[in-house]
Amino acid sequence: MAAVGSAEATVRARGVSRPWRFLAAAFLVGALLVGLGVGPVAISVTAIVESALSHLPFLHVHNPLNALQDAVLWQIRAPRVVLAAIVGGMLAVAGSSYQGAFHNPLADPYLLGVAAGAGLGATLAIAYGHVGHSGQLLPLSAFVGGLAAVAATYVLGRSAGSVRMAGSFVLAGVTVTLFLTAVQTFVQQQHSNTLRDVYAWILGGFSTANWSQVEVAAPYVAVSSLAIVLHRRLLDVLSVGDEEATSLGVDVPRLRLVLVVAATAGTAAAVAASGLIAFVGIIVPHTIRLLVSTSYRAVVPLSLVVGAGFLVLADVLARTVVSPEELPIGVVTAFFGAPFFAVVLRSSRTMR
Amino acid sequence: MIELRDLGVRFASTEAVRGLTLEVARDEWVMLIGPNGAGKTSVLRALCGLLPFAGDARIAGRDVRSFGRRELARLIAFVPQNPATPSELTVAEYVLLGRTPHLGYLGVEGRRDRAAVTHALERLDLLPLAQRGLGSLSGGELQRAVLARALAQEAPVLLLDEPTTSLDLGRQQQALDLVDALRGDGLTVFSTMHDLTLAGQYADRLVLLDRGALAVEGTPREVLSPENLAAYYGAEVRVVHDDDEVYVLPRRR
Repeated sequence: MAAVGSAEATVRARGVSRPWRFLAAAFLVGALLVGLGVGPVAISVTAIVESALSHLPFLHVHNPLNALQDAVLWQIRAPRVVLAAIVGGMLAVAGSSYQGAFHNPLADPYLLGVAAGAGLGATLAIAYGHVGHSGQLLPLSAFVGGLAAVAATYVLGRSAGSVRMAGSFVLAGVTVTLFLTAVQTFVQQQHSNTLRDVYAWILGGFSTANWSQVEVAAPYVAVSSLAIVLHRRLLDVLSVGDEEATSLGVDVPRLRLVLVVAATAGTAAAVAASGLIAFVGIIVPHTIRLLVSTSYRAVVPLSLVVGAGFLVLADVLARTVVSPEELPIGVVTAFFGAPFFAVVLRSSRTMR
Repeated sequence: MIELRDLGVRFASTEAVRGLTLEVARDEWVMLIGPNGAGKTSVLRALCGLLPFAGDARIAGRDVRSFGRRELARLIAFVPQNPATPSELTVAEYVLLGRTPHLGYLGVEGRRDRAAVTHALERLDLLPLAQRGLGSLSGGELQRAVLARALAQEAPVLLLDEPTTSLDLGRQQQALDLVDALRGDGLTVFSTMHDLTLAGQYADRLVLLDRGALAVEGTPREVLSPENLAAYYGAEVRVVHDDDEVYVLPRRR
């Protein structure tokens, strides 16, 4: 009996082991504290914690910050850090789900054209809506553009191939992306006075972050990432291919549609809030695959947590390296993300 | 257990299977043989819902098309010719995938599922390898892992598409012996087979397909005659009968 019990203990999916859970959580908390503490007005970790507690009712903790520091912390830095966290988590988790849904390790959240659609939407808003690179119209227009582009990709991909569904969607995404990018470039050239604004939006960043942006993006990101996390086991089933997954009782086209809808809604909301931030959706899931496990039971939840922490840290660099100017965050994610990923890639090879 | 009546499978311009009628009894092992392109694989794929088909296909007396995907997957375990074996999954994780049709849509495995997987791993001598990655297994061990996943599905019908391709002679025999042993627990096996001598030794009954239609059906002794193999394979063979076994030997022309 004891032998059977111990045998059953070995018959488990690895999931996320306890040390990795702890490490990922510590990474995120550390990143959030760095994000809140670093800036022209330095604020210590204990001050952050005490100030946070002082804002909670019934605790009667004394707020050690003066009014200016408190405003900097809670009205400027906190929304920026939170927005970076939810965008980073969303992009990483969407990337991991696209990689699983399309059997394509190079898939990123923009695979099906969400970036090109959002880019066109933003460009149209800037060119014809006279919104500069902030305001309400721009994120809405980017969000709608992103969703519309993926819907077009989906329809095209479905009509193209019932046999090799995954491949036909990827090709449809490339087609839609190329077309929309051409339209966007045309509009941009016709309104060359908007070049700077469009360019600034496309490079992405959190310099205009505020709580209302967090309120708009958070529900989409919460629902989308929860949906993807709940599908992590089915993503593992998809790893044996569409046919075998089907013979295991999975409705593959429906599963793929659910994953695409979830990842797209969240990504479009993230892009609308922050512009186009590349690399997070590829580097974060693959780093987890190389360091922890390739099972989606680990990749999906860890991508959410690590992606959030990664983008918060990238944003800290974006706003401090050439302070008081800001670097586009996409430059930071690529400049630091790519070499880091190269190191992970090399060391994982020597380990095997 | 399996009844096919006037089964037809069409691809764009060709008829892969035409008017096929046959039955596989409970606990029987029936093998489909026939030259390349005869439609063997299409029959299996139609049966487990991977290809649309014309005619009638029944499992346990019920129309295959009336089953939901998960329901069908609880009745039929299908092992394709070249199963995907993601090198990074562990043997345990891979075999756990076989429990998918028994779980709710977003469900995770419970005690009952782990017990079924443990049983399957035990049956195929894989328990010591449960934590190993599929990428580190030998060809024969991989084949056993694939069979274990099918067994964990706890389906009464097992469909095997060319279960011995890419295995060496000894592993071919081991794989077929394993399937044969599993039949002891009550398992109906319907497979395709390339190697005629092995087909003759393990099958209860052979069905020879030719261009999608049934050509000859019967015991190995009846089907594996030099005349049949010349007519349908265009092969010149000597058939040796020895101790109730049939051996098909190719001869140089």
